[in-house]
Amino acid sequence: MNFLQPIGHYVLKFFGSVGRLVLFTLTALSHCIRPPFYPRAILRQMIEIGYFSLPVVGLTTVFAGMVLALQSYTGFSRFSAEGAIANVVVLSITRELGPVLAGLMVTGRIGASMAAELGTMRVTEQVDALTTLSTNPFKYLVVPRILAGITMLPILVLIGDIIGVLGGYLVAVYQLGFNASNYIQSTWEFMENMDVVSGLVKAAVFGFIITLMGCYHGYTSKGGAQGVGKATTDAVVSASILILCFNYLLTMMFFDK
Amino acid sequence: MSDIPKIRLRNVHKAFGPKTVLNGLDLDVMPGESVVIIGGSGTGKSVTLKCTLGLMEPDSGTIEVDGENVVGLSSRERERVNHKFSMLFQGGALFDSLPVWENVAFGPIADKTITRKQGKELAIEKLAQVGMPAEVADLYPSELSGGMQKRVGLARAIAGDPEIIFFDEPTTGLDPIMADVINDLIVKVTRELGSTGLSITHDMASARKIADRIAMLYQGKIIWQGPADSIDHCDNPYVQQFINGRADGPIEMAVRK
Repeated sequence: MNFLQPIGHYVLKFFGSVGRLVLFTLTALSHCIRPPFYPRAILRQMIEIGYFSLPVVGLTTVFAGMVLALQSYTGFSRFSAEGAIANVVVLSITRELGPVLAGLMVTGRIGASMAAELGTMRVTEQVDALTTLSTNPFKYLVVPRILAGITMLPILVLIGDIIGVLGGYLVAVYQLGFNASNYIQSTWEFMENMDVVSGLVKAAVFGFIITLMGCYHGYTSKGGAQGVGKATTDAVVSASILILCFNYLLTMMFFDK
Repeated sequence: MSDIPKIRLRNVHKAFGPKTVLNGLDLDVMPGESVVIIGGSGTGKSVTLKCTLGLMEPDSGTIEVDGENVVGLSSRERERVNHKFSMLFQGGALFDSLPVWENVAFGPIADKTITRKQGKELAIEKLAQVGMPAEVADLYPSELSGGMQKRVGLARAIAGDPEIIFFDEPTTGLDPIMADVINDLIVKVTRELGSTGLSITHDMASARKIADRIAMLYQGKIIWQGPADSIDHCDNPYVQQFINGRADGPIEMAVRK
């Protein structure tokens, strides 16, 4: 019966880590609504997550919009449906590519740095030092990051949406020879509020996932430089997978009829 | 001097999995007294401090601060008790994202007992107490040498006028002269504040200098304690082996098993 032992070991380990993550999430959420708050720390994280991620998100979405226009032109011209390009670009960007691409890029940028920063603070006893200075490390370190993630990701995605649609417009008008005002008009007509809103809700969820994973893996890391390295990897990998997974679930929720 | 010990540990047990670290530890620290716990690596010195500070929960036993049992307190109650404490961490544990002055004044600013502006004045005053010039206040911890970081850590530990200060290996990693400077500072600042001190170290020169009373920890228990000047005449073979630094004796290092 020896083969059952490793199976049991991994099952227990799995449920152990799920339980720890759930506890961590609930603790973090409960501290989100209880004072004291640290507005300076929240502002600092908002700038870090929102402002400094703008170039990355802008570049990602502009190229995504451009390539969308190009590819859908190749496809649609085969059955003379070129007019649908504006529709495809605006739908894909606002519903899917804006939030998912921005989420994944911010995961690489922010999730990794959060895990590394909190992990280093943990192994150099800075987290313990906070406790001895009568500051709750959850309130001071975790809550500002999560709040900033939830609020800044939708703003980033909204800007990303605009830039992405603009990328599609540039390719359609200057490379494929579409009429500028027709293109803008069909973009406007096809777009529904729900497309944008669903994308922004997704973005808020992704912002929560990214910051939660970064904080969780950093906060619970142990064992020096190697532990911090592992925390960083775990934060990025788990956040990326969860983003793709929740993207599907949320899409189903919003558009399943 | 009152009769209630400032800190009173009774029959404290703590184990990590199968490994027992504290095995029925008893220790009293009287108000205004400076007690140093000596012992080899892995004998549970750090765990003793962390249990007292509430960074870890002991498995059983009681820990009293001013006659109040602090084991199993809610986090809010814990914060109230921790106001009496401060700690000098082994590696300093300075917040590397904040300049020196914000590090020093972190506790009082977090408590909102002073404004940030007053915090800077307080920091400069506390830095002067540990013999550091005001110019250091605007530097970041990474720009300081190890000895300077220790002194900033000490300034931070005394900034909130704590009743009890914990010192975690205050001289480890310093050259002998800087170690003696730190020892002198510890004696000076605790005397000025009238605080109670509890230190852990394996540096005998440091223990002799800062201790009123020395307690030796071995296999999770206090096996000897007495006034600092009596340690050289005690006939406990474990203590004799430790203070003379001999490899042969009743204490067996794990390496020889």
